[in-house]
Amino acid sequence: MNNLFQNSIWFVVLVIIQVLFFNNINLFGYINPLFYIIFIFYYPLKKEKISLLFFSFFLGLCIDFFSDTGGINAAATLFIAYIRLPILSAILRKSEFDYQLFNIRAISFGKSIWYIITLTFIHHLIVFGLDYFSFNEFWNIISKTFITSIFTVSLILLAIILFTKRR
Amino acid sequence: MSSANNITGGIYNKLNSINDFFNLKTENQRLLEENTYLKNLLSIEQFSIDSINKINIDSTTQVKRFDYFSAKILKNDFTRRNNFLLINKGSKFGIEPEMAVVNSKGIIGVTKNVSKYHATVISILNSYSQINAKIKNDHHFGTLTWNGKDYQKIQLLDLPRQTKVKIGDTIITGGKSTIFPEGILVGVVDNIEKNNKKFEVIDVKLFNDMSSISNVNLIKNNQKDEIIKLQLDNDE
Repeated sequence: MNNLFQNSIWFVVLVIIQVLFFNNINLFGYINPLFYIIFIFYYPLKKEKISLLFFSFFLGLCIDFFSDTGGINAAATLFIAYIRLPILSAILRKSEFDYQLFNIRAISFGKSIWYIITLTFIHHLIVFGLDYFSFNEFWNIISKTFITSIFTVSLILLAIILFTKRR
Repeated sequence: MSSANNITGGIYNKLNSINDFFNLKTENQRLLEENTYLKNLLSIEQFSIDSINKINIDSTTQVKRFDYFSAKILKNDFTRRNNFLLINKGSKFGIEPEMAVVNSKGIIGVTKNVSKYHATVISILNSYSQINAKIKNDHHFGTLTWNGKDYQKIQLLDLPRQTKVKIGDTIITGGKSTIFPEGILVGVVDNIEKNNKKFEVIDVKLFNDMSSISNVNLIKNNQKDEIIKLQLDNDE
């Protein structure tokens, strides 16, 4: 119950700072980081996926409501929430985790960076792919995905380093 | 799925009241310029109307073709491929879907979803936006679209080959659609890609800076239903 309450507060805070702050950064004229996906990295690792899928879908949907993007963020966030565990086991080369003790700071720094970069890149590729939705604009999609991913990943790393304790 | 509902609209309303404060100076300047322009127009009218050439105007034969409304932009996007805006007036104030949104410097978009107190606007910076436009002092017309690259430039397509276009020509709305009246400013021709057969793409630099717009006018075409009905009759 405590966990659910904590996650709900996280959820609301992330929606508000994404919508009111990060959507208005416009770095170099057009780059806005999609910082809210830090939720997926922070969410405690569990065997059952349903609660995470539920939360991440509604997180994406809330962002969509605010930015008039009709379900794009919901689709992308739900997808990376679904592939979070397989990607993590591929990067750590483990099939079983110590679910209770797992923490993003507990694994080595290099591996956690890879984990964040992979999921962020997939998320951004889906978001911009669905936004442009045209093969004519393939290079636009790729370039925008790369540039925004760099910005998002550095912000997420910064937030994780600043606001979590090392175990 | 749009931001024209009570929750998102309310939050953007609060945020906008803070942001407004920082844009007061430029917005006042724009409104002042518009006022000066309109006052100049009025002074011309007064000079021509006097008692010598008095004409009786029968107001029952006059038709009011366009209604104007005012609104304020609460949320402005210009960095995505498909941008939508949010304005602070809705069906309660007579706003309907498919009304033109303009300000004194030029076109901004077309309304889409309307709720009671808010409405979303398809910006001209959107792949779904297609607006009829022409070159000033000419009657060849084309379609305005956006290629998603630069928010200060939109593209004019489908102009006939024989049109004489020069860099620096003014582009205005064509009035061939039921949404925009004729003669609303759009921008100036910035770049022409010409090949042997036809004009490919004409880049139009907007008069409006789409990254900072605040007060807008909405235009309702009162004869829209009539025109649409006529066109439907044609198809049968």
